[in-house]
Amino acid sequence: MNRRVVITGMGAVSPVGIGVDAFWSNLLEGANGIGPITLFDPCNLRSSLAGEVKEFDPTKRQEFKDANHTDRCGQFAIAAAAEAMESCGDLQVADPYRAAVYLGTGIGGFATTENNCRRLFESGARRVSPFFVPMMIANMPAGMLAIRYGFCGQAIPAVTACASGSHAIGEATRAIRHGYADVVIAGGAEAPIVEVGLAGFNAMKALATSTNANEASLPFDKRRGGFVPAEGAGVLILEEYERAKARGAKIYGEIVGYGTTCDAYHMTAPKPDGSGAGKAVALALEEAGWRPGERVYVNAHGTGTSLNDLAETKALKLAFGEEEARKLAISSTKSSTGHMLGAAGAVEAIVCAKVLSENVAPPTINLLEPDPECDLDYIPLVKREGSFDLAISNSFGFGGHNACLAIRRCE
Amino acid sequence: MDTFQLVARGLATHLGIDVSEITPELELMELGVDSLDSAELLMELETKLGVEIELTEKLSTVQDIVTAIDSAVKD
Repeated sequence: MNRRVVITGMGAVSPVGIGVDAFWSNLLEGANGIGPITLFDPCNLRSSLAGEVKEFDPTKRQEFKDANHTDRCGQFAIAAAAEAMESCGDLQVADPYRAAVYLGTGIGGFATTENNCRRLFESGARRVSPFFVPMMIANMPAGMLAIRYGFCGQAIPAVTACASGSHAIGEATRAIRHGYADVVIAGGAEAPIVEVGLAGFNAMKALATSTNANEASLPFDKRRGGFVPAEGAGVLILEEYERAKARGAKIYGEIVGYGTTCDAYHMTAPKPDGSGAGKAVALALEEAGWRPGERVYVNAHGTGTSLNDLAETKALKLAFGEEEARKLAISSTKSSTGHMLGAAGAVEAIVCAKVLSENVAPPTINLLEPDPECDLDYIPLVKREGSFDLAISNSFGFGGHNACLAIRRCE
Repeated sequence: MDTFQLVARGLATHLGIDVSEITPELELMELGVDSLDSAELLMELETKLGVEIELTEKLSTVQDIVTAIDSAVKD
């Protein structure tokens, strides 16, 4: 069985806006969602900036008590899913066992973990909350969405660090393509702006330490010093094409390819030759039926760590060939949002769908001093008007997890 | 403050409702309070009252929480 899979709903919660419209228009304008950390006092940390979601009120989408018993990560997932479910119209789910949830998160309830460890150390074991475990576990956002929408098919998380969102969407695509589900809520969510989390990333020397928001998240720029942590969620409603067409759904794009590999190399460093990531891209291109000469937009993983940016540039050259790679229009929207970790691939898939439907690609902001070793076209500073045949989104996670999604307009 | 008022206030805060909506005979299920919610509430009241509350019976009504606390305080 090889059924077509289309996007019929989208929702985003991001540092550059809540809701797909705000998210997209702010990206095009080159907005910067990065600023001083406000969720806790970062005075003990080497890094002081993050991409926080501003003015987020979980009770817009959840009952007061439920919101209090949901980690911020799950709150983001619910808000993004609620928008996606509103945008897709009446899904007409006759058999709930044909409706599934694939929701990725790199970490799960990080703040919940930190809060309860603090209670344990300061007040003892009897003060650890009965909601600690259910709020913390990484599968709970998927479980909560299944409860909320009565989807009784498979509900499963993808937990592949920064590739979680892309893996969730890719695996959901396969589930529909091969007949295991007809409708899937798919995406990723993350809320990692927590003191112990950022202390850990700092210890790895993974984070940018600049205090200037315009000099912190610098993918493909030689001034880069690491990524800027960010939070939010992205959710797609994926649907089998014939059913979407029959119910007259608005179709935002078609997932035409998914490639996934593991570097099998190092806990955190990508394989320097880009071969693992390049193979994931090549697999996605093969499924997508890519042909040389097509106009391709690439939403890069583009974290702003030198290890990633160099390996990703090599990976694109391996997958497309040197000549075609030079024609690619590539941007890293992490320059605007920061790195939303497990949510990144999900919001970046939304970017790809919008690039194809709106004929314009968002820029890599603040890219003023290109790294000579990153010698492709990364759409510096300002958006690029143009029609594209194919859009791909790269996501690479700690653990060596690589995922690439390929999207086309549905024709 | 008597125990019922303490419990009612705690529940009202958890549920985001007015304290006047809570009466002793109300079923916890009706209020949307499950076993995790009541465990969380009891933990907060333990801290407030400086007692340890061991549950021996299932909690069904608001009054059951009040009784559980009162017997713990007596012990």
